[in-house]
Amino acid sequence: MIGESMYQELILEHYKHPQGRGLREPYDAEVHHVNPTCGDEITLRVRVGEAGKIEDVSYDGQGCSISQAAASVLHELTTGSTVRETLSVVDEFTRLMQGRGQVEPDEDVLGDAVAFAGVAKFPARVKCALLSWMAYKDAVVRSAAQ
Amino acid sequence: MTQTSFDVERIRKDFPVLSRELPGGRPLVYLDSGNSSQKPTQVIETMREHLALHYSNVGRAMHALGAESTEAYESARDKIAAFVGAPSRDEVVFTKNASEALNLVAYSFGNPANTDDRFRLGPGDEIVISEMEHHSNIVPWQLLAQRTGATLRWFGVTDEGRLDLSGLDDLVTERTKIISIAHQSNVLGTVNPVADVLARARQAGALVMLDASQSVPHHPVDVAALGVDFVAFTGHKMVGPSGIGVLWGRGELLEAMPPFLGGGEMIEAVWMDRSTYAPIPHKFEAGTPPIVEAIGLGAAVDYLSGVGMAAVEAHERELAAYGLDALRELPGLRLIGPDSLEMRGGTLAFTLDGIHPHDVGQILDDAFGVAVRVGHHCARPLHLRFGIPATTRASFYLYNTTGEIDALVRGLHHVQKVFA
Ligand SMILES: Cc1ncc(COP(=O)(O)O)c(C=O)c1O
Repeated sequence: MIGESMYQELILEHYKHPQGRGLREPYDAEVHHVNPTCGDEITLRVRVGEAGKIEDVSYDGQGCSISQAAASVLHELTTGSTVRETLSVVDEFTRLMQGRGQVEPDEDVLGDAVAFAGVAKFPARVKCALLSWMAYKDAVVRSAAQ
Repeated sequence: MTQTSFDVERIRKDFPVLSRELPGGRPLVYLDSGNSSQKPTQVIETMREHLALHYSNVGRAMHALGAESTEAYESARDKIAAFVGAPSRDEVVFTKNASEALNLVAYSFGNPANTDDRFRLGPGDEIVISEMEHHSNIVPWQLLAQRTGATLRWFGVTDEGRLDLSGLDDLVTERTKIISIAHQSNVLGTVNPVADVLARARQAGALVMLDASQSVPHHPVDVAALGVDFVAFTGHKMVGPSGIGVLWGRGELLEAMPPFLGGGEMIEAVWMDRSTYAPIPHKFEAGTPPIVEAIGLGAAVDYLSGVGMAAVEAHERELAAYGLDALRELPGLRLIGPDSLEMRGGTLAFTLDGIHPHDVGQILDDAFGVAVRVGHHCARPLHLRFGIPATTRASFYLYNTTGEIDALVRGLHHVQKVFA
């Protein structure tokens, strides 16, 4: 069953018990991203502190297990790191997702996000996994512009 | 021609795709015919043979192949006219799909090239659609309202998924110029009460169009008996190919309407500063038409007539009854659409508590080879009406079996286990 490689236990765990969900104050930038083909949406806020440290990533939205779990993992991986560090994680995650299942993920960089490797084989679902990550990148850029 | 007994196993043999395996050895359980139907060998072979032996352009080639191609194309029109009870073959206009047929009619209104009072449209005039429409029967009318300043209004939908007729007399008034509604909803499965709407439209002097994309493939439809003015449907949902659709309209109205697309074959004579137009239906068929697709649709209606549309309807009714019973057994399943067989077809849309339809569709496909459609099915306003972003939809056709519905239910139980 191909499906089992996509719905990893870790993804289901994050879907059932999302980390850091809910919009919080204070924040430096807020963005709203939508996936028009399936209607998934996310509102995401970032709070950047001293020395470019991500103090909080808060979010709310609706969508499939892949998009919701990806937001939860994103929250875990980014909070407490510097903007620079998190952007390299975003880049590695994007490379994995757009690799059509041919990319060997760098586990040291991605941590729990390697669980999404199976999603890359399903072009229709890649956008679900990337929704919150693209929103995050956008929010970080905007926070820097302020 | 009509068979007396409906043998679904024999019918399945006509559809080659139904006996293929999906990667990983999964059998195919195709429950997405409301999206697009599969094709029988009879249609595939007719198209192949035309391409191989008879193909040339139609209407303009003065040689043997031109004559054969034109004959095949025009005889497809005859078949389709007979299939839907059109009083005249000239009332059958080939389009590329239902969307184009709907746009064609919308474009006739408020058009500066129009000279007929019934198609005049401007501020103060009203267009009426419904909340259960496919985007193809919403957007063309929104664009028309924007172009002309007319007002777009709509029927609501009841909690049960029926057209809400309670405000009919206020909604349809002497200001209404055109009402365009689905004959059968592509999400709810609801068959709409055309006669009630039509009676009020006639009092008010409005024209009536039916989006029959989901009814012509599944029920015997007689456009003359329906009594409406325009009917749109699409070939790929009725065992025919994609790229071909049909507009049926009352001849007298089609004659009064301005042309839609300009080009070859739709003219009578052309000068540098003006043209006169061909008689219907060719007035609306600019350029080289989808020749082989039209011929394929002719073969499709031959196929459906051979089985008998009454038999197709009866078979799907059995499947709908079986499917409704089966889905009721699933905890946390909410049916979006009528819960009874009355005035409904074999399209079952639903949500599962706490599980997104995309996850449902993915697991059904990956683990069981069950193909359903997930999302808003091009009916976003209807989903907003029910306060949900998306549904899972199983839609049945003549080649489906109760065994396939069992497979769907097994799959749904598994989905619930994964997300428990
Ligand atoms: C009710 C209804 N109307 C219109 C359409 C549009 O058909 P097409 O895409 O062939 O134009 C569809 C199918 O997608 C439909 O289900």
